[in-house]
Amino acid sequence: MTLVGWLQIALLFGLALVTIKPLGLFMARLFQGERTFLSPALGPVERGFYALSGVRADKEQGWLAYALSMLAFNLAGFLLLYAMLRLQAYLPLNPQGFGAVAPDLAFNTAVSFVTNTNWQAYGGETTLSHFSQMAGLTVQNFLSGATGMALAIAFTRAFARGSAATLGNFWVDMTRATLYVLLPLAIIVALAFVALGLPQTLDASLTVTTLEGAQQTLAMGPIASQEAIKQLGTNGGGFLNANAAHPFENPNAFSNYLNILSMLGITTALFYTFGQMVGDRRQGWAFVTTIMLFLIVGTGIVYQAESAGNPIHVALGVDPALGNMEGKEVRFGQAMTAAYAAVTTGISDGGVNGMHGSFTGLGGLVPMFFMQLGEVLPGGVGSGLYGMLVFAILAVFVAGLMVGRTPELLGKKIEGREMKLAMLAILILPLAILGFSATSALLPVALASLSGAGPHGLSEILYAYTSATANNGSAFGGLSANTPWYNTTLGISMLLGRFAYAVPVLAIAGSLAAKPKIAPSAGTFATNTPLFVGLLAAIILIIGGLQFFPALALGPIVEHIQMLAGQTY
Amino acid sequence: MKRQTSQLLDRTILVPAIGEALRKLDPRRLYRNPVIFVTEVVAALTTLFFLRDLATNPSGGLFSGQIAAWLWFTVFFATFAESVAEGRGKAQAESLRRAKTDLVAHRVPADGSSLLEAVSASSLKVGDIVVVEAGDLIPGDGEVIEGIASVNESAITGESAPVIREAGGDRSAVTGGTQVLSDAIKVRITVPPGGTFLDRMIALIEGAERQRTPNEIALSILLSGLTLIFLIAVVTLGGLAVYSGTILSVTVLSALLVTLIPTTIGGLLSAIGIAGMDRLVRFNVIAISGRAVEAAGDVDTLLLDKTGTITFGNRMASEFLPVTGVSARELAEASLLASLADETPEGRSIVALARGEFGLPEPGQPEAVVPFAAETRLSGVDLGGRRLRKGAVDSVLKFSGLSQDEAPHGFRESVEKVARSGGTPLAVTDGERILGVIHLKDVVKPGIKERFAAMRAMGIRTVMVTGDNPLTAAAIASEAGVDDFLAEAKPEDKLAYIRKEQKGGKLIAMCGDGTNDAPALAQADVGVAMQTGTQAAREAANMVDLDSSPTKLIEIVEIGKQLLMTRGALTTFSIANDVAKYFAIIPALFIAAYPGLDALNIMGLGSPNSAILSAVIFNALIIIALIPLALKGVRYRAVGAAALLRRNLTVYGLGGLILPFAGIKIVDLVVNSLHLV
Repeated sequence: MTLVGWLQIALLFGLALVTIKPLGLFMARLFQGERTFLSPALGPVERGFYALSGVRADKEQGWLAYALSMLAFNLAGFLLLYAMLRLQAYLPLNPQGFGAVAPDLAFNTAVSFVTNTNWQAYGGETTLSHFSQMAGLTVQNFLSGATGMALAIAFTRAFARGSAATLGNFWVDMTRATLYVLLPLAIIVALAFVALGLPQTLDASLTVTTLEGAQQTLAMGPIASQEAIKQLGTNGGGFLNANAAHPFENPNAFSNYLNILSMLGITTALFYTFGQMVGDRRQGWAFVTTIMLFLIVGTGIVYQAESAGNPIHVALGVDPALGNMEGKEVRFGQAMTAAYAAVTTGISDGGVNGMHGSFTGLGGLVPMFFMQLGEVLPGGVGSGLYGMLVFAILAVFVAGLMVGRTPELLGKKIEGREMKLAMLAILILPLAILGFSATSALLPVALASLSGAGPHGLSEILYAYTSATANNGSAFGGLSANTPWYNTTLGISMLLGRFAYAVPVLAIAGSLAAKPKIAPSAGTFATNTPLFVGLLAAIILIIGGLQFFPALALGPIVEHIQMLAGQTY
Repeated sequence: MKRQTSQLLDRTILVPAIGEALRKLDPRRLYRNPVIFVTEVVAALTTLFFLRDLATNPSGGLFSGQIAAWLWFTVFFATFAESVAEGRGKAQAESLRRAKTDLVAHRVPADGSSLLEAVSASSLKVGDIVVVEAGDLIPGDGEVIEGIASVNESAITGESAPVIREAGGDRSAVTGGTQVLSDAIKVRITVPPGGTFLDRMIALIEGAERQRTPNEIALSILLSGLTLIFLIAVVTLGGLAVYSGTILSVTVLSALLVTLIPTTIGGLLSAIGIAGMDRLVRFNVIAISGRAVEAAGDVDTLLLDKTGTITFGNRMASEFLPVTGVSARELAEASLLASLADETPEGRSIVALARGEFGLPEPGQPEAVVPFAAETRLSGVDLGGRRLRKGAVDSVLKFSGLSQDEAPHGFRESVEKVARSGGTPLAVTDGERILGVIHLKDVVKPGIKERFAAMRAMGIRTVMVTGDNPLTAAAIASEAGVDDFLAEAKPEDKLAYIRKEQKGGKLIAMCGDGTNDAPALAQADVGVAMQTGTQAAREAANMVDLDSSPTKLIEIVEIGKQLLMTRGALTTFSIANDVAKYFAIIPALFIAAYPGLDALNIMGLGSPNSAILSAVIFNALIIIALIPLALKGVRYRAVGAAALLRRNLTVYGLGGLILPFAGIKIVDLVVNSLHLV
């Protein structure tokens, strides 16, 4: 570890804090239906959409109608994308002449982008046409992000309102999220990326002769525009297979900063929006503080583990001062790779600028564990907010009783119904992650895809299902995931992680919205204090840790211990 | 009942509880408690595997046999905790049941003939009219419709002083099983046999009617969810272990599962609930719904009647204010004489003040005592030609024949001063010579102000309800330190106030006894009726205070909070415990495949088998160790929520994290020294 490394990390998180308030405030105004500075320009467009589709913007929906609209919209998106991938050969903008995507891969990919996961079982530059990337994947990058934001706002309204029957209108929230937030920001960030040297073209790949005289194919395409929404929408699916480790997706330190900051931007700002809308900004900051605590500690652990290096490498003659540089880009170094790894997994973005599978055991444990905690640190756009609120509900329920009152969060009593739904949502993670991992660990057809043996092989499996269920999408590397078994089971994991989580969460929102808002008193457990931040962090850590500790012990933990002992497989 | 605070765990309760705990092992009764039910299923499963081990290799069953045994102990300890909690209530119900022997009722026949018919109390119907004479036990709950009698209600309240029951008004309710001491009353039966107050009390105390409260249900959902999560984690671990080159036996997986699922809180949850109700009973409060006990913890506002709760209920003399030309001593002396024969609390307080402040001697016998009369509204004595009178200002002026303006200098000022401060001025005169004014005031109970301050610290507002005028009310309110007051309050005002507060998202507690309190009692989130109150009030309330003490509300709130805190503390403790258990069991399971995992064995446990056994034993013993805490409850302190939480998190959260590391290590040392594995 170096001082410069730490300064880079400090500057990064410092900058991340700057955008929270203005962006959060803007979104609060937007979703409360107030005028924003973009209204004069975009208002007519917005109303035009409603007129075209017959949406009545003033008509709000109850939780069930909201959930059904969300599901219907996403089902339509899935079918469209699936058809597009299967019919790729007949569609325009296919300069490389790629054929149809195989059914299992098309299913996996369509699910992956609709669920905001962006697990990529395919190699982008060798499988998908520009049309599939732009009209298929990029569109879903916008819409899945907007879906998450709509859900988060609906949940926010449950706390902001008292004795209310409705949560808002899904179509309106979706439209506003896309039109006023994602689209303008994506344009700005895409232009910035172009300025930083990312390609933006509809041409085919270039074949060039290198200095050594060899032939090399340079993959080209509309990279900058996809990169922008990939990060803003916390999607993470790169245009290129190597994702943000590739120089065309992430050429330098500035683009790396912009990548990480765009991931953090909207999802953290939504916590401020939450605070603003429920009338308690400190609550928003309390959540942000919890998140930053995890991200900074996580970054620190990865940074420490990677710079401490691998004694096995040292034994082979690698300079111990270098630490473990395996799987990292020299232009980013360990500090910025560590920060990227922590943020991309904390956020459920899933883009990578280094290969997590090449980290040390401990270094690889952090990203995996961050995903297993659910989408809370700060999770995907929107999904992070409601994921965090589910944990907050758990925290006040367990510990809130200790102040001698029945549990309440922001004036809403947490009772049997909420607890039932919250447990239903929380169950999804261990069910899909551990269930599929254990099955795969026993199935020969699944084991054939492994590249590592011993604990590392188990980590590959565990990471894949973790990444899919947590709707993250990052890969550990090593696992050949483009097989019918993995395409199908990972696809199911993604669906469960997204919708089997979101529906109970919306039901909680409906139930909370209907409750009267109880006035706080000196006897109320305040949830916007440092004490609560500590408690929330402990609950996240303990509840998450207890579920996955045995599995992690057999994967990354034992791998790290064996590595230190110089043992390989 | 004035019950002695019996020992928390005495033998008369513990021994029968063992039998009851064994009966509770019946899965048909246990399935209601998912955590312990799962433990029982797992215990049965390990027993089967133990038998198989025994059959295949007689010496191989040692380990699996011990695990199975301790899993059964875990289940047993949980049912035992519940039995002990119930046992304490049973002992109390016994004493009540004695009052409920079958009684004979003297019923007025339906045809209206004057000849009474003797029928069994259990055959009485609602609407029947019975006559109860001196010495008889009242056959059922009802309402006095004719007559007045003194009734001994000690069977219910434990208070031996008889109370007056009379037709009409707020003292008309009588309770079955109580005894008429004098006179005779006609009672209309209002509750069918089996549903009487006494019956319900017995059922409530015994826990037979115990229904799980909303928060308890929510908590058991959380615990079931956690159980399910750990079930997934443990079952899948079997698969992951195979990959890692280890075959885990059902016995060790069962051990891991039971140590992880929240058996501590799962086993103690119902005991906590029963003990909470029981604590109320010890305070002579019967909660008709468990929901109300929880709501008591949430109360934001207490509506307290001034009289009897905040003040002593009668006004007392506090100061002598003589007119110009009269010394304070002279006024005190005259007041003393005028009050000598006055046996009212006010009169006695004047005597006490005069003696205390001026050390006046015992005066001679007066020639004529003039008792208080409604027409004159005066009382006093004639003594040696003096005609000493005291009474309301108007009456005294009338007696002395003076008008307000003719009164001596200083009289009017004193009267106004007293009235302004919320007190009652009492004028004293000797014939035509007005001597001065006695300041009578409501005396606020000592210590009540501190109590309200403590309530404020825990976020509870206190509101005083009084029939006094606003001026008087304000003075007492500020002296007692309540947050708000309701002056010249009529019962409708109470109801309106409660509705208003509830609309603002607040929970309200109040107590009352009159029929006109009933709507407000029903509206309040916690309504406490006095046992001496009317049937209507008792029906409307969700708690009944047998002592009929209005200050009880404060204790009730504290008991409610204590109940919730105990649940939270043990849940936190239970979850925090799991960390240490992982560090005990996970390295033990995989040390053969991955020797490096010994690095996680931070407790340095003797062997894999002893580590697993120790964790299971610790997990079982902790239930027993925490039974006293579950029954007694976590101590409540009237500090703010933040301070309370910080303290409890440190004790039960951090403590729960650290304690099992030490505990498991100690058990492991014992297990190894006894060569149990």
